[in-house]
Amino acid sequence: MGARPIAIEQLNLWYGALQTLKDVRVEIPARRVTAIIGPSGCGKTTLLRCINRMIDLVPGARVTGSVRLGDFQVYGRGVDVTAVRKRVGLVMQKPIPLPMSIFDNVAFGPRLYGTGGRKQLRETVEASLRVAGLWDEVKDRLKEPAGRLSLGQQQRLCLARGLAVEPEALLFDEPTSALDPISTVKFEHEVLKLKERYTCVIVTHNLQQAMRIADHVLFVYLGELVEHGTAHQVFTSPREAATASYLGSGI
Amino acid sequence: MRRRLTEGVFHGIALLATLALLAALGLILWTIAAQGARALNWTLITQPPTSGSYTEEGGGGIAHALIGSLYLAGGATLLALLISVPAALYLRVYASSWFAGAVRLLMDVLWGVPSIVFGAFGFTLMLLVGLRASLLAGIITVALFELPIMIRAIDEVMTMAPRELEEAAYSVGATRAETAVRVIMKQALPGIVTGVLLAFGRGIGDAASVMFTAGFTDHIPTGVMDKAATLPLAIFFQLGTPFAHAHERAYGAALLLVILVLMTSVVARVISARLGRYSVQ
Repeated sequence: MGARPIAIEQLNLWYGALQTLKDVRVEIPARRVTAIIGPSGCGKTTLLRCINRMIDLVPGARVTGSVRLGDFQVYGRGVDVTAVRKRVGLVMQKPIPLPMSIFDNVAFGPRLYGTGGRKQLRETVEASLRVAGLWDEVKDRLKEPAGRLSLGQQQRLCLARGLAVEPEALLFDEPTSALDPISTVKFEHEVLKLKERYTCVIVTHNLQQAMRIADHVLFVYLGELVEHGTAHQVFTSPREAATASYLGSGI
Repeated sequence: MRRRLTEGVFHGIALLATLALLAALGLILWTIAAQGARALNWTLITQPPTSGSYTEEGGGGIAHALIGSLYLAGGATLLALLISVPAALYLRVYASSWFAGAVRLLMDVLWGVPSIVFGAFGFTLMLLVGLRASLLAGIITVALFELPIMIRAIDEVMTMAPRELEEAAYSVGATRAETAVRVIMKQALPGIVTGVLLAFGRGIGDAASVMFTAGFTDHIPTGVMDKAATLPLAIFFQLGTPFAHAHERAYGAALLLVILVLMTSVVARVISARLGRYSVQ
């Protein structure tokens, strides 16, 4: 396992005749948090979902161009999408626990791949919950239904579920939009710890959040990557007028 | 003032309708219970009729019909289950939306088809393959009759499972099959149990679909090629005789049927509640 950079080249996406991503080219560095910002409906989530090919699930979506994770061609010929998704974890907007116990939620992924015995599974589950900052809160109630956890805990459980399959990169799609401020702070804290081991990409509407946790920022507007750079550069001296205007209206 | 009056009138009408409903149901249950309780004894549920269902001499019970019904509805429900769950999962996970819509419409139509039509169809099918009235033919026909009920009930709960649930499974690299079986089916399990028991209840209570296909007999079936008696037909044939003891057995059969259906509903609720622990809201 090791964090790998993500290279996106000439990425285009069409829904039928409608083009929603236009010639996106960018390098997303490993062991950093990269935030994708921009107005609603401009392709942030779509771009994120192209990285782990969740976009394949949308009927009528057509992708051209390439996405690479290290040397691995995400859209390569004969690539198994399940292998892509194992390597690139996703935490969604709404915390969605699977209909099973806390333990089984985290063990869900590892069980699909059938790695190791029961003891190793327990270790994987514990390690994943620890990294997600949830272990101490759930260690005595692993058999309880995951739905009984608070929303903030559920979101960290979803994170642990993604970590358990040992991904190389983690995608976050507005992961804190359903959480209260305290849970949000806790979740951001976990993301900051995770960047030591993973390539993290986060879509967020919350500019303050991007400022708090992002090292790099991509500004997406009307399907185009208008600007990208270090968080410091984009937030303090945006090069493009569209970026400046969005940041100006958002803060 | 006028709005308060309307409120009062509406409240009154709604209450009256509910009471009328309860009264009708209560009357049915009371009649069956009062008439059937006299006949309900150990002999009724453990022995077939000593000298036949419609003879002047009494004696014996309706064990043949009870066991026949349980075999028939049990077998049919099992058969329908083996088709319903994969079919409903297919509709949820694989089918395109227009195809799923078409299948759902067809199932709704079949749901509304009277069971005698299924009986007639089953009979035609039997003639075609040279099968005589038997437990097997009855099971197949009742399974066909139960299928739309079961598929629509299961499909309904599977449709209610949030879309994000699938995405959550896909996002850790689950295939469609793994997602269907380990996540969607698990989420829908309480609903599946309810759907299955609902179909069982409908199957065990139906007379028309088994009349031509399972036949009627005074003996307990010992194999799938035997004819099999059923509780609904035991009621029908015995009420048609002029003998008081046969009438009594008919009401006993009716009471048994009501108890069976009631038990099915209660069991469905208990199991659903227990399995629902893990379901995501």
